[in-house]
Amino acid sequence: MNNAKTLVEVRDLKKHFAKEKDVWGRTTQVLKAVDGVSFGIRKGETFGLVGESGSGKSTVGRCLLRLYDYTAGEVYYDGQELSKLGDQELRPFRRRIQSIFQDPYSSLNPGMNVLELIGEPMDIHGVSTGSARRDAVAELLIKVGLKKEHLSRYPHEFSGGQRQRLSIARALSVRPEFVVCDEPISALDVSVQAQVVNMLEDLQAEFGLTYLFIAHDLSMVRHISDRIGVMYGGRLVEVADSDELYDNPLHPYTQALLSAIPVPDPGAAAKRIAWDRSSWSGEGVALREVGPGHFAAIP
Amino acid sequence: MNRSKWRSVAGELRSSAFGIAGIIILVLFTIAAALAFLSPHDPNALNALERLKPPNADHWFGTDDYGRDYFTRALYGGRVSLTVGFASMILATGIGVIVGVVSGYFGGWIDNLLMRLVEVIMSIPSFLILLLLSVFLKPSVGNIIIIISLLMWMNIARIVRAETMSLKEREYVLYARASGQGAFGIIRRHILANLMPVVIVGATNNIASAIMMESSLSFLGFGVQAPNATWGSMLNNAQGLIAQAPYLAVFPGLFILLTVLSFNVLGDILRVGFEPKLVRR
Repeated sequence: MNNAKTLVEVRDLKKHFAKEKDVWGRTTQVLKAVDGVSFGIRKGETFGLVGESGSGKSTVGRCLLRLYDYTAGEVYYDGQELSKLGDQELRPFRRRIQSIFQDPYSSLNPGMNVLELIGEPMDIHGVSTGSARRDAVAELLIKVGLKKEHLSRYPHEFSGGQRQRLSIARALSVRPEFVVCDEPISALDVSVQAQVVNMLEDLQAEFGLTYLFIAHDLSMVRHISDRIGVMYGGRLVEVADSDELYDNPLHPYTQALLSAIPVPDPGAAAKRIAWDRSSWSGEGVALREVGPGHFAAIP
Repeated sequence: MNRSKWRSVAGELRSSAFGIAGIIILVLFTIAAALAFLSPHDPNALNALERLKPPNADHWFGTDDYGRDYFTRALYGGRVSLTVGFASMILATGIGVIVGVVSGYFGGWIDNLLMRLVEVIMSIPSFLILLLLSVFLKPSVGNIIIIISLLMWMNIARIVRAETMSLKEREYVLYARASGQGAFGIIRRHILANLMPVVIVGATNNIASAIMMESSLSFLGFGVQAPNATWGSMLNNAQGLIAQAPYLAVFPGLFILLTVLSFNVLGDILRVGFEPKLVRR
């Protein structure tokens, strides 16, 4: 795995939002959602990105999808820097990079049926039309554990887990290489979470996919990710192989996050580590390699 | 619009007695207005001997202060009022939706420009705009429709803008953008269809105000010119005679009321029918 080529490389990515503007439209207060993040994702692996709400992990995902124009830094996809590309040049990348979003309710247009929903990216990229498109959609439905009869159904007729399966089928319909999964399981029941994660893994093996898997808790991420990056306050504070991160967390925030994973043992709660956000500013502490493939922002 | 939406509208309609009554009333009024020429009376023929006759077998709605057959005038008046109401609604809604979607979806300076324009127009009293426009436009049904539409589109534009801003943050819009769908494709596939519920409510309210506005235009002399009748002008003319001949006010008033009410009821049914179902029922 270590020798695989890097598919996505993020270098010193920054995304600042204007929090307040004066009368002339000049920005007076800046929100640094992402403030200097660098990491790479190898072809065929799953890179987990975790952190609390507001840590900037979803913003990183959206920058990769070029939903935002980033403030500074570079994103290389297969050697090509994305920020300088215009809409036309970006088109092929918009097929190769697909996305799955968090909310199973708002990620599917309630007025479109399954065929239209899953066929949408196929239409955009002219992948197939007519009965070929219909057959392809039906095949995808079966692949994600739904039925051919669901083709003419509408989103309100499905449960949350089924809707996420539809989102997955939609993302896969144009044969992407890389899928940004923006908290795809956070809104689901725990039992359904496991099913969806297992399915994502099966599909990864079948189609040779690379995932960026964004989540806010570490419990399910370990299972699916090869490597994990922990974000806090717009920065990466620790990056390591998942087992290494779980067995040997070095940054205090990672330690706190890991201790917050629920354990089915009443005594375990006592072992929880409190994270004191005032004790760490992050300024000036750069990510450095503390072990083979293990990076942490610790002094 | 897909078939299931219309099925859902039809379902709502079937379960609503008011909705069916509304359709019957509007169809009846439309047919009556279209067949107005069948009336044995001339709507504008004066008859000094027949002034202010209460309803009777010959003059079903009586006669007005010039001795004209009120029933025939109501039929011809309905033509104008229904045309003006419906056409202004379509035109005003069209302008409002375009401005609102462009403003809400693209944001930035376009939004600023369009919304400041809306505010400027809204802050000028409609009377002043009416006076100004009537200098340039000759009174005719077509021009009345244009004037009324120009005075009515701003509310729809504002509602549509707000709704568009909320819709464009939905994840299915983000997904479409991330997948390379262009702005117009997104507006067509994802925004317009989901705007339907709010647009329908705004549009049906507009029909009501268009009919009322036409009557005040007539009153000011910019509307349909005498002796031709509209429901609005009939109602206005009845004001001075309300004590002597109350039926002169009752008939046009009743028609305006029934029309407006029917459109509102139907608008409500359409809205519920089009509302996307978010959860399993």
